Amino acid sequence: MSLVQGAHPQTTQPAEGARAALLAWPEFNKPAVWLVAVILLIMPFIASGFFLIEIFATTLILGTIALSLMFLAGYGGMVSLMQLTIAGFAAYMVAVFGMSANTNISLGWPWWLATPMALVLATAFGTLGGALAVRTEGIYTIMITLAIGAAFYYFTNQNWAIFGGHTGINTIATPKFWGVDWRSDIPYYYVTLGVAAFCYFAVQYVSRAPFGLALQGVRDNPRRMAALGFNVNAHRVAAYAFASFIAALGGVLQVWNYRQISPGSVSVGACIDILIIAVVGGITRPIGPFIGAFIFVILRTFALDLLVKFGLDGNRFRLLIGLGFLAIVFWSSDGVIGLWERWRRRATATDKRPGGGHGHG
Amino acid sequence: MFKSCAGLVALSSLLLSGAAIAQEKIKVGVTATLEGTYTVLGEDGIRGHQTAINTLGKKVGDKEIEFIVASTDATPDSAIRAVRKLIEQDKVQILLSPLSGDEGIAVKNFAKTRPELTFVNAASGAQETTYVDPAPNFYRYNMDGAQWQVGLGKYAYETKGYKKIATVGDDYSFIYTQVFGLVLEFCGAGGQVTNRQWVPLGTKDFASVIAALPDDVDAIYLGLGGADAVNFLNQYQQAGGKAHLMGGSIMVDQTILSAKGNAKNALIGTIAASGQADTWEDPGWQKFVKAYQDAFPPNKRFPSPSLLATNYYNSTMALILALRQANGDLSNNQAKLREALAKIELDAPNGKIKLDSNRQAIGTNFVTEVVDDGKGALFSKVVKVIPNVNQTLGYDPAVFAKIGVPSRTVPECKKY
Repeated sequence: MSLVQGAHPQTTQPAEGARAALLAWPEFNKPAVWLVAVILLIMPFIASGFFLIEIFATTLILGTIALSLMFLAGYGGMVSLMQLTIAGFAAYMVAVFGMSANTNISLGWPWWLATPMALVLATAFGTLGGALAVRTEGIYTIMITLAIGAAFYYFTNQNWAIFGGHTGINTIATPKFWGVDWRSDIPYYYVTLGVAAFCYFAVQYVSRAPFGLALQGVRDNPRRMAALGFNVNAHRVAAYAFASFIAALGGVLQVWNYRQISPGSVSVGACIDILIIAVVGGITRPIGPFIGAFIFVILRTFALDLLVKFGLDGNRFRLLIGLGFLAIVFWSSDGVIGLWERWRRRATATDKRPGGGHGHG
Repeated sequence: MFKSCAGLVALSSLLLSGAAIAQEKIKVGVTATLEGTYTVLGEDGIRGHQTAINTLGKKVGDKEIEFIVASTDATPDSAIRAVRKLIEQDKVQILLSPLSGDEGIAVKNFAKTRPELTFVNAASGAQETTYVDPAPNFYRYNMDGAQWQVGLGKYAYETKGYKKIATVGDDYSFIYTQVFGLVLEFCGAGGQVTNRQWVPLGTKDFASVIAALPDDVDAIYLGLGGADAVNFLNQYQQAGGKAHLMGGSIMVDQTILSAKGNAKNALIGTIAASGQADTWEDPGWQKFVKAYQDAFPPNKRFPSPSLLATNYYNSTMALILALRQANGDLSNNQAKLREALAKIELDAPNGKIKLDSNRQAIGTNFVTEVVDDGKGALFSKVVKVIPNVNQTLGYDPAVFAKIGVPSRTVPECKKY
């Protein structure tokens, strides 16, 4: 514990000890959080197929993939642009090991074998990429992970034996068991919600476990951590492994959603979308990526209709998306979460004036 | 406050539904590549679509067709996303989609998961879409890439005397299909294809491709399209390339022939084959060209419709005519519409079109040569018209099946 306090001297306050127990899961004592949880659970009774899948399930999937980036960037200080690539790799592996219309590529394993296989391979792939990336810092980490992402995109585009080239792999089988088609709208929504919640709480838990605390120590002062006897690189590689697993889960959900995978899904543009989602939402808390994903999906889906409604040229819808993101990043360098925190701090500041107690994670 | 708001919403929704009852609408979703490498192709496709609506109108009995356009970027993912958006958000009942080859394969596979809807292919031309495991609710009124190459191989070998050629093409299903059609005929006549180069769709730097072009060939076949084709021609001219050229159906097309700059002049004299020829004298074709030209101001269109405009025109026409035959009746899984779609014989501007048992077009093909009209505009001039081209290219279906599905290396250069 002393390590973390060393990194955040400003958070050491006398009342901290008493609050520590509650701090462990701060979500559970706020009515707003319960409200959101209940709304998410009863969503299928509120929203129809389009909103349920194209908006909410897509938000949860993109949020899960961006969550893996948030974990690396927020707690590990490593901005990785290959999280979508790992998700895409998992998606491709589901297609390759599972069943699809491309019978000369797919091995036709049942989903309960193909999915764990895809998760294991994608985690291994991400860990390997991470092991390469941890030797670098800052902008170089971004460069090397971007290079991995770009290389993977061009490889899938031109490899026909495994990845099906530009055409990709079509009509991928989705799980059906216990008499339920898990890809039909409502069960699928609950699957994504379950996976997203699992990942959210896993990140929440790990960030407070000894490993997560050591990782934050590594982020703030790697030299000091090394001097204290921590293996800095091993912590970082382990963080990549954990994040890769989360990204892989997102990738599996994505391929079940579209039942199809092709290089466009793992393009460099899509990799950067994940970064945008994480940055817009805010990378200081695990909820940030989900908020970012929601804003991203809403803008992507409705920007065109909105422009047309105002009598403007619909072809310029990307401009509106860009302006929206620019506005958020301009007014708040740590995303929507930062905006909200600042607003809350201002609200409490009018009651009493505490010092600038801003702590990470 | 809240209550009065809710009341207002309820009232307005009532009014809206009242208006909806007065005139029932048939919703049709259209996709086109309005982003990425094939943007110009998508835009001209939409012009063709609009020309058909201008000619035929949107009325089906007392109902009206509402068309909703969504944008894609020639990748299968974007096509599936657009189609799903149209179905789920806009509640369309019929799809007029997609434009590009790989999109077609993905949408055909998707069509099988929505058997209650009907899909009319807009312009995509990969062979696999209708040849391998076709979807029963997917109809294609344009020929595939291989059918569009019929006549070119023989013309190149026999009339032009090209014995040895090399190919450069975009690395995806439609161009595979085009090269498939070319190689079958050219090698069948006795020619040799020494080298096939494939570049990823969206390539901007062709330096290494141009450097690798062999010198000991009589001609080079180009299977590129959109921005890729223009980039290639620019760099090819800068590199001082002088070889005889042969072109695929979207290479020698108004989307390239009316590009700005001089690079396109490299194409003068190029022989090609396609589902249309710009200067064909057939009155039906001339009428269509006139309708296209009248519909848009000269700076917002090409001098003459591109292959994409023609395809979108034909598929839109087929859909509207079939809807009229079915009296707009979409009950019972759109059975009446499907029957009409399968039976319809289009008197299309580029020759008569009917469907085979896989719901794939049998139509007319054109061998062409690029000419300068004297005012700096390039057009494709008819050399030969070949009617009744079917998907198996005149081969016995059993023999044709043995050749395999078009890919980078299929077919081999031999006589089948």
